[in-house]
Amino acid sequence: MIHLTIDHQAVCVEEGTTILDAARQANISIPTLCYHEDQQVKAVCRICVVEVEGQTLLPTACSTPVAEGMVVHTASPKVLLARKNILSLIFARHPQNCLVCQKSGRCELQKVAQDVGMYKPISYDLELRATPEDNSSPSIRRNHQKCILCMRCVEACEKVQGLHIMDKENRGFHTIVTTPYGKKLADTSCINCGQCVQVCPTGALTIHDDTGHIYQQITVGKTLVVQVAPSVRVTLAEALGEEPGTVSTGRLVTALKRLGFHYVFDSDFSADLTIMEEGTELLRRLKGEGPLPMVTSCCPAWVKYCETYAPEYTRHLSTAKSPQQMFGALIKTCFAERAGLNPKDICSVSIMPCTAKKFECKRSEMKDSGYQDVDYALTVQELARMIQSGGICFSDLPETPFDDPFGLGSGAGLIFGATGGVMEAALRTVHTVVTGRPMERLEYEPVRGFEGVKEAAVDLDGTVVKVAVAHGMTNAKKLLDQIRTGKSPYHFIEIMACPGGCIGGGGNAPRTWKKVEARKEAIYRAEKDLPIRQSHENPAITWIYENYLGEPNSPLAHKLLHTKYVNRQDLLR
Amino acid sequence: MEELHVLLKNRGKIRATEAQDYVDAGGYEGLRKALAMSPEEIIEVVKKAGLRGRGGAGFPTFRKMEFTYHADDPVRYIVCNADEGEPGTNKDRILLSSDPCAIFEGMAIAARAVDAHVGFIYLRAEYSYLMPTLEKALLSSKKLGYIGKDILGSGFDFEIKFRSGAGAYVCGEETALFESIEGKRGEPRFRPPFPSLKGLFGKPTMLNNVETLANLPPILKNGADWYRSIGTDNSPGTKLFTICGNVNRRGIFEFPMGVNLKDLIYDVCGGIPNGRELLAVQTGGTSGAIINASQIDMALDIDTVSASGGRLGCGTILVIDDSNCVVDIVLNNLDFFRDESCGKCTPCREGGTQLYNLVRRISEGHGTIRDLESIESLAWTLRTTSLCGLGHSTAVPVLSGIQNFRDVYLHHIDKDFCPVCAQEGGHRK
Repeated sequence: MIHLTIDHQAVCVEEGTTILDAARQANISIPTLCYHEDQQVKAVCRICVVEVEGQTLLPTACSTPVAEGMVVHTASPKVLLARKNILSLIFARHPQNCLVCQKSGRCELQKVAQDVGMYKPISYDLELRATPEDNSSPSIRRNHQKCILCMRCVEACEKVQGLHIMDKENRGFHTIVTTPYGKKLADTSCINCGQCVQVCPTGALTIHDDTGHIYQQITVGKTLVVQVAPSVRVTLAEALGEEPGTVSTGRLVTALKRLGFHYVFDSDFSADLTIMEEGTELLRRLKGEGPLPMVTSCCPAWVKYCETYAPEYTRHLSTAKSPQQMFGALIKTCFAERAGLNPKDICSVSIMPCTAKKFECKRSEMKDSGYQDVDYALTVQELARMIQSGGICFSDLPETPFDDPFGLGSGAGLIFGATGGVMEAALRTVHTVVTGRPMERLEYEPVRGFEGVKEAAVDLDGTVVKVAVAHGMTNAKKLLDQIRTGKSPYHFIEIMACPGGCIGGGGNAPRTWKKVEARKEAIYRAEKDLPIRQSHENPAITWIYENYLGEPNSPLAHKLLHTKYVNRQDLLR
Repeated sequence: MEELHVLLKNRGKIRATEAQDYVDAGGYEGLRKALAMSPEEIIEVVKKAGLRGRGGAGFPTFRKMEFTYHADDPVRYIVCNADEGEPGTNKDRILLSSDPCAIFEGMAIAARAVDAHVGFIYLRAEYSYLMPTLEKALLSSKKLGYIGKDILGSGFDFEIKFRSGAGAYVCGEETALFESIEGKRGEPRFRPPFPSLKGLFGKPTMLNNVETLANLPPILKNGADWYRSIGTDNSPGTKLFTICGNVNRRGIFEFPMGVNLKDLIYDVCGGIPNGRELLAVQTGGTSGAIINASQIDMALDIDTVSASGGRLGCGTILVIDDSNCVVDIVLNNLDFFRDESCGKCTPCREGGTQLYNLVRRISEGHGTIRDLESIESLAWTLRTTSLCGLGHSTAVPVLSGIQNFRDVYLHHIDKDFCPVCAQEGGHRK
């Protein structure tokens, strides 16, 4: 143990602790910008400088380990002056129109500026970067002017997702974080996962905002039908300031109704439908109809990755659409017929934890109902903003159930929100279909948790099915490389692009692993209490097959619920 | 004044590419001795000799050796910093081009001391024309068995590899140099961990300047006591000085540490040409302090120069006559630093340009006394909070310039006519 003094407090911490962590343990907060608890220490913003007695330089708290007998001052006049000067330098390159910034109020730079006490105009020349805003991506907006070069997004893209879409260009004062050759984001191999948005401390990377379209659709009198993704119920409350892992299913429905959505459906239902279709497809592939391993196709970021980086292996992807797109196709066909609505008058909206869903719903092949199946995909962050704009006091809302007929989902559908959930849900149903009896214990632990690649072997009365689950593209790439070399031992693989699965998705409130852990706990807790926990037991599923689709993988099901993939290799050129 | 040639003794006397010439002139004797010694003994000799780094900071060389030698990882590297980027400095070029085998020998001795088997010479991009010379010299040294496998039958292996940058000043900073060798963008890393424990490719690395390494062979050959007899107590040995600017005789000179700056300028270099008067001297290159004419009666050793607010650094002496303006010189320095900043940390990336803007405002006659305060405060911020030496150094000419020539700044602020700055687009009376 190391003994030191921080701001006149005696502190005792383990060897190797940084000054920043030691201070936090002593309830002293040091402002940070480039530091992110899930990322490597970068020490580039220099905001966290502190004074250490005996040193003329001011070391950064985030990168400097404590030493025996160290005397640290975290807020001496010298330190405060240095911080003010550094912030002034950042301000001199940062637009000062916070009032019209999407990040305003949640911006880390704003928070630090408040803490440090930047109340006076800066004395340096304001010189903004001339590069224009990049609105090309349907998911992510980039504004170079607001970038403070903290390099968090670069690490998220390179280390977590293994993509490296963005990195530094030029040097010195002219340094910017940009795409290869300054291409528009939409022209790069970006998979729209939004992990960069999750870590951006300022408004440099934000989610493409579609809320304006929703208000417009309400104004023109469209019937608004909305579906809510499984993970949204455990992440929305957090985006509105409640504790991570707060489940808000009923309040969420009430809020959507108050915002003017006419029908609020549960994507858990279409997740169940996905299990029926994908599970049936798996069983057929296991019998030799199609290549193995079969890989899930629920995650649009993963699908785009596969189409871009491994187009020759898209045949391994399940042809089943994602739950969002299945639901979209049904809303403008089955639901429109039953409700007596003209699909033209329906505006189909989805609430998603995901930025890539915005890209997915705009894919040209997603028009099987004759119209664009899903018109707008809103992220949790956007819905949270709409709730705030609507003056809805979310914490006090009464609970409302989802609407019929697609408001009923099983627990299997709900756990789609966490990594391993699709696998677990599929195994529950496949087990029952093959063996005629449910799994002894529905909770299938080997595929739960945040290990990068999880694998398991399930015995289905003699047939052993080997499965693997990966989350985060660096992990997914390992499994993809096995398929590439023909050495994949698996039959069924689940891949989610975001670390932790959809609960760690790019459309949620800014993530840390701690928060994602709380969301995971919440989703499994909520699932345990549900009366129906297997997809095939969901009466709504039985109903739709009996009354509309016929049977899983039927011609109609194929038309509405399955899709094709395209080759996007050109994006790499 | 007579020069004392220890490092330059072979300059112009031997063929640089032929190791045999070097051996005939008494070369590789130090290595032969070192191979018969244990690493601890070599480090002890270097410690006794009191050799200090010649690249800029003046860090005791034996300490670097000790740290690297005692590091846990068995794989270590020796890196020779030949990225001589300091404006006006050419001393390493002279060593590399006239006596490369001395550098190889120094690297081999250092490698023996820290038990490393691979060394890199990181050659400045602008010096790439020296590559054929160095490669030939290395090849001939290898043929004679002084570099490579089983050196002189001792069982000790040491390979030398060449790497070159793309011309960034910051790659002379040790950790940025490592990144560059590793094939990454040349940006410094934060410390700790220090390179001695986690350097090139994450392994313990001893990085030294060309001149420092060239000092090792004579130390090993002639012993620590001989070395201590040259120079001052705290800075033994000789030093290569690059003298440039407004003097009659410019060039590289080798003198014992502690030589008087005034003697150097007026005696060795023949004083100021064209009947001009001395205005200022900048020691240690662009990153050094600017002192005024009254301060030049100063011994040039590492500690004395540091005490004056600057640093001896690489031994570059820029002599500035009174046809120049200090504000203009500082502006020129800042233009260099803002251009060479890598852009990694905020103070240097943004502060370099803001300092430039502030000083330019003063030089153009638009400055106020508050600008001067801003400059001092900002320069102090760069000095204390930047990630690496480049940011720290940016502040040195600014702060020393204001300290030693405050009246000049005040003249500019008072809108007195400055013929030099006026040429650069400044105001006229």
